[in-house]
Amino acid sequence: MDLQIVLLLGQDGITSGAIYALLALALVLVFAVTRVIFIPQGEFVAFGALTLSSLQAGKLPGTLWLLIGLGAAVAFADISWALRHHKMRRVPLILFYNCGVPILLAGYLLAVSPATLPQPVQVALTLAMVVPIGAMIYRLAYQPIAEASVLMLLIVSVAVHVALIGLGLLFFGAEGSRTTPFTDMSFQIGDAVLQGQTVLVVVASLVLIVALYFYFERTIYGKALRATAMNRTGARLMGISANLAGRLSFMLAALIGAFSGVLIAPITTIYYDSGFLIGLKGFVGAIIGGLASYPIAAAGAILVGLLESFSSFYASAFKEVIVFTLIIPVLLWRSLTSRHVEEEE
Amino acid sequence: MKLKAVAIRILALAGAGGTSLVYADINVGVTLSATGPAASLGIPEKNTFALMPTTLGGQKVNYIILDDASDTTTAVKNTRKLISENKVDAIIGSTITPNSLAMIDVAAEAETPMISMSAAAKIVEPMDAKRAWVFKTPQNDALMAAAIVDHMIAAKVKTVAYIGFADAYGEGWWNEFSKVAEAKGIKIVANERYNRPDTSVTGQVLKILSAKPDAVLVGGAGTPAALPEKSLKEKGYKGQMYQTHGVANPDFLRVCGKDCEGTILPAGPVLVADQLPDNNPVRAVALEYVGKYEGTYGKGSASTFGAHAWDAGRLLANAVPVALKKAKPGTPEFRKALRDALEGTRNLTLAHGVASYSDKDHVGFDQRARVMVKIENGGWKLVH
Repeated sequence: MDLQIVLLLGQDGITSGAIYALLALALVLVFAVTRVIFIPQGEFVAFGALTLSSLQAGKLPGTLWLLIGLGAAVAFADISWALRHHKMRRVPLILFYNCGVPILLAGYLLAVSPATLPQPVQVALTLAMVVPIGAMIYRLAYQPIAEASVLMLLIVSVAVHVALIGLGLLFFGAEGSRTTPFTDMSFQIGDAVLQGQTVLVVVASLVLIVALYFYFERTIYGKALRATAMNRTGARLMGISANLAGRLSFMLAALIGAFSGVLIAPITTIYYDSGFLIGLKGFVGAIIGGLASYPIAAAGAILVGLLESFSSFYASAFKEVIVFTLIIPVLLWRSLTSRHVEEEE
Repeated sequence: MKLKAVAIRILALAGAGGTSLVYADINVGVTLSATGPAASLGIPEKNTFALMPTTLGGQKVNYIILDDASDTTTAVKNTRKLISENKVDAIIGSTITPNSLAMIDVAAEAETPMISMSAAAKIVEPMDAKRAWVFKTPQNDALMAAAIVDHMIAAKVKTVAYIGFADAYGEGWWNEFSKVAEAKGIKIVANERYNRPDTSVTGQVLKILSAKPDAVLVGGAGTPAALPEKSLKEKGYKGQMYQTHGVANPDFLRVCGKDCEGTILPAGPVLVADQLPDNNPVRAVALEYVGKYEGTYGKGSASTFGAHAWDAGRLLANAVPVALKKAKPGTPEFRKALRDALEGTRNLTLAHGVASYSDKDHVGFDQRARVMVKIENGGWKLVH
């Protein structure tokens, strides 16, 4: 064990940790705003990565059909709501956002050959396909039971997770995929080689975290989300729609997930079911932050990444055991230091 | 409607006085892992059943295919369902070893012959009263491990590192390989594990690199086996790479790309069917399977895993006519006769080799069931 190995393991741990940190932030955000423990968070990682790789292979990704299908279901639900409340004027807008936009996207993808597009366009198309799915899932699965208990919302999360895993297998097949790297650069630091792609992951994660910070501090929607997280009823009295906040937080979670997937797809093989484990490690980070504190959750996620990297060197067979055992002392410490408030029955 | 059909059948049976069972189809129950972690193996197997013969020995065959989601409990549940509800005459399955092991008790209890499509030797060894009902089509890991060790000795490899799945597959390969390698004087300098969905194996790879082995063997299946090899190449490893026959599908080549050039692995002959010499008996059968599969599912889609299912079908096709002479389908006597007929299989050419069973050996393969293959120009190349 010399310095070079420590450096390489550290670099590897921080790269995975950066991704876990992004997911931990998304989990904290969703939980704070909607009280949903968002188990399917990881699926967006897999969907983002595999959608991009389908595009690069010149295939129409299955997520497009999912988007169209969910869009139609949301339109149906929203229009029947509008009819019942005599708000006919909303119908064209509902149709445009939920059916028109996905169909335009499908038309565009059918018209061009996606494999020949420049990489940034492929990434943009991937995000355009995967991100709205987050909001649509909120509308269909969570909004009707938004006032239910945390346990009920958790059970729905498990159901959504299982459904998305099944769809992932159907869309992308059982075997994994990789995407072409964004950069082939590598840097020489002492004896260690630093891959440009891993630097990109860390930098992009940092940029996203800073962007999220400004979003929450400086924009009206970000502030509305924060207000809802602090006090749902109070926020509603101030005219902030809980439904809007829910959709927005899920859309952000999907954006973070899909973006993480796009980032890591060139450095590792992603499978239709990879997301769950990645999301789970983000969840360990979020738990360290008590599902409430963003900075502690991010730091916890980096810790998980480092722990994973070093334990894979010392005891590879027990890597997952070590990572997930971490949660027990953390839970103990949290339950000893914080007063438990009984949730509504 | 359904009731009426059943009534007509009963009448017909009664009319025939039970002397001729015109309506007694042969029912073959199949449970395989078309979803879950083993889906990449289970899907080609499932596809293969669509190509199977619809009659055996002049009798109609029904294949009842259930998915066990790579889950042991579901596999056992499926087996019970197939036996009690569908009254199957034989069971084919499952895709993975833990499922197959768990199914042995159920199949033996119901005295139903079972043909497993998973690899581990312990499915049919040591032979006992229960395993007498169980056969399997994939080669034993020991046969494949011995082939790798022979190749290593010929290539003058002195030290080797092993990195495998942290599950039954990786553990099974470690046991077989370390046993043979040490007996032949090859030193194993590192033994690492990783998980199928892992996104990074940097730690394991660094440890392997610091042990400086002449060669590295990856004990993994399908596309996940590409990750250690890609990481090793990325970190500048120059030694010889070996993989197991678990990677023998086109997706592995797609994901691993140019990093896997020059990799050596043992495989069933069906993988390189068109490169086999004309005098190899396996060639014709293997080409027939590949032709049929790719005719239906597209060029380059055939894999060795589907061929294990095909071989199970061939074993049945060979045994059913013998059993039909002794008893009628749907009876315990027929299942017993079918088991005896399966065990009586001699020199039957399959897509994966030539099988001769005995009351001690329910795998029945010899050296003809494996070839050494090298990855060259993004394809499989037979090594002579």
